[in-house]
Amino acid sequence: MNVKKQFSDGLFFQNPVTVQLLGMCSVMAITTTLFNGIGMGLSVLVILTLANIIIALLRKIIPNNIRIACFIVVIAGFVTIVDLCLQAFLPALSSSLGLFIPLIVVNCIILGRAEAFAYKNGPGASALDGIFQGLGYTMILVIMCVVREFLGNGTFGGGILNGGEGIRIIPEGIPALGMILPVGGFLTLACVIAAMQYILSRPKKDEKKTEEVAK
Amino acid sequence: MDWTNLFTIALGAVLINNFIVSQFLGICPFMGVSKKIETASGMGLAVIFVMGLASAICWPINALILVPLKLTFMQTVTYILVIASLVQFIEMFLKKAMPALYEALGVYLPLITTNCAVLGVVLQNTQNSYSFIESVVYGVTGGVGFLLVIVIFASIRERMEFSECPKAFEGFPIALMSAGLVALAFMGFSGLKVFG
Repeated sequence: MNVKKQFSDGLFFQNPVTVQLLGMCSVMAITTTLFNGIGMGLSVLVILTLANIIIALLRKIIPNNIRIACFIVVIAGFVTIVDLCLQAFLPALSSSLGLFIPLIVVNCIILGRAEAFAYKNGPGASALDGIFQGLGYTMILVIMCVVREFLGNGTFGGGILNGGEGIRIIPEGIPALGMILPVGGFLTLACVIAAMQYILSRPKKDEKKTEEVAK
Repeated sequence: MDWTNLFTIALGAVLINNFIVSQFLGICPFMGVSKKIETASGMGLAVIFVMGLASAICWPINALILVPLKLTFMQTVTYILVIASLVQFIEMFLKKAMPALYEALGVYLPLITTNCAVLGVVLQNTQNSYSFIESVVYGVTGGVGFLLVIVIFASIRERMEFSECPKAFEGFPIALMSAGLVALAFMGFSGLKVFG
C-alpha cells in the first residue's frame, strides 16, 4: 500500500477543500475561532474514517443502484453518534457549531470519499484515506480560523487558550470585523485556494526546468 | 393568523438571513451550477419546490411521530431519508405527470439531495419550533432567497468569463471573491427591521 501517496494526496494534491472543492459550506461558516475549527475538523475526521471503514466492509453487499441511499444512512448514523457525544461531553463546542454538526450528513466530502474510494477499496486503505482526507480538511480549517480570527478579532486560539478568550495580538477596536462575518469567509477561502493553486503549480514548472536542463 | 410574523419570517429568509450569503448553506450547488443564468434559475426553482415540500412533510413527521415517541435524537437520520426519498418521488412523479417541468428541473433534482440548504431549513424549522404554516413559509421563501442570489451571482459570473485575472486566482478563487462581494452587498440588509 502506498501510504505516502495517500498522505500527500489527502493533505495537498487531492486536498478535499482546495483541490476537490468539496464541503465548503462548513469551511466558511464555522471558521471564526480556532476552537471551532479544530472541533469541526476532528468531528469530520472521525465520521469520515468510521463511515469509510463501514462502507468498505459492506461494499460487496450494497447493491449498486441504491448505494447512495445506503451511504447516507451509514453517514447519518455516525453523525448522530458524534452529535450526541459532543452534546454530552463538549456542550460548548456543540452550541457554537450548532446546525453544522447535523449538517455533516450532507457534507460532500464524506459522500464523495465513500463513492470515490471506500466503495472500491478495502477497509484498511479506506481507513487511512479517511484519516488523511480528514487531516487535509482539518488543516484548511485551522489555516482559515487562524487568519480570520487574527484579522477579524485580533486574537489567536479563541475558545482554547487564555481561558477561552484567546491571546490578544491586535488591540480591540482595530480588527476588521468583516473578516469574521460571512464576507470574510468567502474572501479568505478564495485566497487560501489561490495560494494552494499557486504552490501546487510551481513544482511542475521546476520539474520541467530540470528536465530541460538535463536535456 | 399573524401576518406580520409570517412577513418577518419571509423577509428574513429572503434578504436578511439569506441561506447562501449569510448562513453558508447550499454553497456547493451555488458554486457548481452558477455558470449560466438559465441553469442557475432552473436550480433555484427546483430548490424552492423541494425546500417548501420538505418543510411541509418533515413538520408532521416530527410533530406526530418523533416527538410523541421520544425519538427526537433520530431527527437527522429521519430527515435526510425523507428528503432523499422525497426528491426521488418528485422526480418520478414529474416524469409521468408534468414532462415539461421535468425537462426544466430534471437534471437538478438529484443534486438537491446533498444540498445542505434543504436539510438546513428542516432542522431550523425544528430548532425554532415553527408552526406548520411558518415552516412552509420559511421553506419557500428560503428557496426564493436562494434563487435570487444564485441568479445575481450567475449574471456576474457570465460577465467575468471575459475579464482577466491573476493566474493563481483563475477559475474557482475569483468566483469565491465575487461571491464575497455579493455577500458584502447583502450585509446591507442586516439592518432591516419589521415593526409589527
